[in-house]
Amino acid sequence: MDTRIQIVAIVVTAGLFATVFELVRRRALMERYALLWLFSSALLLALAVWRNLLETISSAVGIYYAPSALFVIAFGFVLILLLHFSLTVSRLSDQNKVLAQYVGLLREHLKQQGIDLPPEPGEESETDEPAKEPAVVSGTKPRD
Amino acid sequence: MTRHLAIVPAYNEAGAIAGTIADIRKHSDFDVLVVDDGSTDGTAARAAAEGAVVLRHPFNLGIGGAVQSGYQYALERGYDVAVQVDGDGQHDARHIPDLLQHLRTNRDLNMVTGSRFLQTVGETYRSSASRRVGIRIFSAILSRITGRRITDPTSGFRMVDARGIELFARDYPHDYPEVEAVLLLHFHKLEGAELPVRMRERASGVSSINAQRSAYYMVKVLLAILVGLMRARPAVEAGDKAPVTAEHTI
Repeated sequence: MDTRIQIVAIVVTAGLFATVFELVRRRALMERYALLWLFSSALLLALAVWRNLLETISSAVGIYYAPSALFVIAFGFVLILLLHFSLTVSRLSDQNKVLAQYVGLLREHLKQQGIDLPPEPGEESETDEPAKEPAVVSGTKPRD
Repeated sequence: MTRHLAIVPAYNEAGAIAGTIADIRKHSDFDVLVVDDGSTDGTAARAAAEGAVVLRHPFNLGIGGAVQSGYQYALERGYDVAVQVDGDGQHDARHIPDLLQHLRTNRDLNMVTGSRFLQTVGETYRSSASRRVGIRIFSAILSRITGRRITDPTSGFRMVDARGIELFARDYPHDYPEVEAVLLLHFHKLEGAELPVRMRERASGVSSINAQRSAYYMVKVLLAILVGLMRARPAVEAGDKAPVTAEHTI
């Protein structure tokens, strides 16, 4: 295997691993979402460094040019990550719907009991007190 | 004394909502609940001024989420019958007593749907050719699956009893819910029937489905039907795992 491609692979996968690690350390990336990233970048880095392992794997599955096995594995991880994100988005939008519906029911409950509600973010409060002058939320323009 | 609720989902229907509410009041004794699905044009204020109870979503969830909120309210307040009436005034409230009468006299029925296509006398409801083809395909598929004749699968003019309210409050399809709700009802072994109704042209506002989106709509709904057929448990029964959880999946 060409040494240049190995160096490039090592640099790229090491950079990926370092980036993910740093994001987790700064709490920009939650651990629960970082595990898959850390695992995949660590494995790719290991394969890039450990040339024999990559060559064993690629000849075992019939790939003649070992570095392309690295791409195949990387692509597999990308697919898994994307599926993971779709699952997360689905779950979040479902939770979002439940929350929005519950907010609606709660607002109605409070209104029945005559409790004044704060205006909605970014909205005038005309829906709550139709008789009064619409209060303008600071930083937003009233709309008609 | 049974309690009746009219659920009126509305999104930016400020021009039509007052008329819709007045229409329901004129023809029936139903309590009116308007579900304002994140409107930006003062729909909620108009509805409240008419004296309707208003549920307001903080943002737009789509027709499925809006209708489900209505059923949740109906379940919570112990209503025995709920009817869905579109906020755009398309559904003629004159038919509400007929639907109620049919639901009352046939005790085995859980849902009665107002169908535009059941009646052959008089003028038929006008809609674009692509929509009619789509509706015919859905009719054929759903009739075959459910074993009863379904002529208007996309009709949102529906009345359900307490069991229907409970089911829809718990589980309701998201995007294009009318077709899927028919399946949902069937899988839970609840019975449905259709009654002929007239529907009006829209009073104001814009329909959520235009001609260009019809093909996309069809594909999505067909997919939803297929997935629905393969789904083993369409709704969460008592004692099941929570439908929504913050636990990490994968």
